[in-house]
Amino acid sequence: MIVFGYKLPMATSLILWAILWEAVGRLDLVSLIPPLTSVMMRFEEIVPTETFLDALALTARAFALGTGIAIVVGVPIGVVMGRSAIVDRLLLPWVNVFVSAPLTALVPVIMALFGFGETTIVLTVVLFAIWIVVLDARAGARNISASLVEMAHCYGATPWQAFSKVYVWAALPEILAGIRLGLVRAIKGVIIGQLVVSVVGFGYLFEIYQSNFLMEHLWALLLVLFALAFLIDGVLGYLEKRVEYYAAAR
Amino acid sequence: MSAAARQVAPVDPRSAGAMVSVRSVSKVYPGGVEALNDISLDFPRGQLTTLLGPSGCGKTTLLKIVAGLLPATSGEVLVEGRTVTGPGPERAFVFQDFALMPWATVLRNVAFGLELRGTPRSEREDVAAHYIAQVGLKGFESKFPHELSGGMRQRVGLARALAVKAEVLLMDEPFSAVDEQTRRKFQEDLLQLVVNEQKTFIFVTHSIEEAVYVSNRIILLSRRPSRVMRIIEPDIPRDVSPDQIRRNTAYLDTVESIWQGLKQYLD
Repeated sequence: MIVFGYKLPMATSLILWAILWEAVGRLDLVSLIPPLTSVMMRFEEIVPTETFLDALALTARAFALGTGIAIVVGVPIGVVMGRSAIVDRLLLPWVNVFVSAPLTALVPVIMALFGFGETTIVLTVVLFAIWIVVLDARAGARNISASLVEMAHCYGATPWQAFSKVYVWAALPEILAGIRLGLVRAIKGVIIGQLVVSVVGFGYLFEIYQSNFLMEHLWALLLVLFALAFLIDGVLGYLEKRVEYYAAAR
Repeated sequence: MSAAARQVAPVDPRSAGAMVSVRSVSKVYPGGVEALNDISLDFPRGQLTTLLGPSGCGKTTLLKIVAGLLPATSGEVLVEGRTVTGPGPERAFVFQDFALMPWATVLRNVAFGLELRGTPRSEREDVAAHYIAQVGLKGFESKFPHELSGGMRQRVGLARALAVKAEVLLMDEPFSAVDEQTRRKFQEDLLQLVVNEQKTFIFVTHSIEEAVYVSNRIILLSRRPSRVMRIIEPDIPRDVSPDQIRRNTAYLDTVESIWQGLKQYLD
């Protein structure tokens, strides 16, 4: 961005918004928005506490497990859907329904089935993440060049060999794009799960801060979560770039 | 018909010397497009036979039926007397667009056929290295396909087909995605390969010059639905230099005669 002949770095707008936030907070315009600096102070205060670290550990565990399941189950299903018309016909309507459905409404159902524990949160993560992983893996598998499929067939690949040695790799760029989107959804899932359950992890913290009107704490917590989501997305974007070179060469 | 190329009977009933026989093969695609109409052909052992015809005439369809990649609507294909029901280890395919795995090195690509058969790693890599050297890519074993030129990629495709030690090599317009100069070199190398490897080559091309230059026999197919129009055996001396072949009158006459035959299909 160039303003009056000066080249401004990307972070400039961020700083501008931060200043605005600070000003709004200082002027006490909206009681829900405390100044950014006091939010930052809270930051230091709450992050080292045991409740916070426990919540972070639980979130990390549920997130890792949930996305792990979503990937390990979702990618093979997607690839098989992309290569087999029958499986595709069978599953596609469901995947399409779930990928756009308001999944938050289903969380209470999971909670009713699996209780208030970590299982519910893990399953919520899976529920949020898996559909887009399936859909993108399917798109990748459908885009594999016909001659590569023929090559595998021609040189005697068994269905398992074709799947594990050719299809998954050939569809990798789309699979990774799907995983990236899945992870972003998983972050939503892990937070929404905890909010609905609201007796464990960040959900518990949110509950306390909210009911006691601790706005600075609440914002500090939100900033941490936003930063985390941003970081995960960034790491995946980087990984995706690394396999891009052969996306064009297929 | 020029004196330089003699015409032979469309089907040789005694297919004793044939490595591959195609028996009354027809192919109708779903939707009713008739690609092949009652094709019967023999492909002699140790020779390079070219399928030549107007574009879209079903040459590639026939090749893929021989490869076992496509089922014939009727008729059958025999390889060494056995009916083809799918791909087999005695046939290897060279693809027009190379069909290399971009995530694998040249070495792994070439060894892939053997990898699928479960050949131990060191053994298959030795075989692959041998054929990589034979196609002139020594030193490129650990490169990836995107680091190679089009011509080099097709050499990888060729080495992969050779590495499985198939008796029949099926080549689907292998040089069409390669630049003109590289293609000429390729054609010269292919002649050498036919002599050295003693394999049965079935070659599809739409280039008349290429067909006449590399083939022992040329099968001219008509426009869709394809029938065998003519079989030509170019009577060209092969033991002279490439440049002499390209200036040989028999070569030029055969090219001209095929062109006259195919011209009618261009409207």
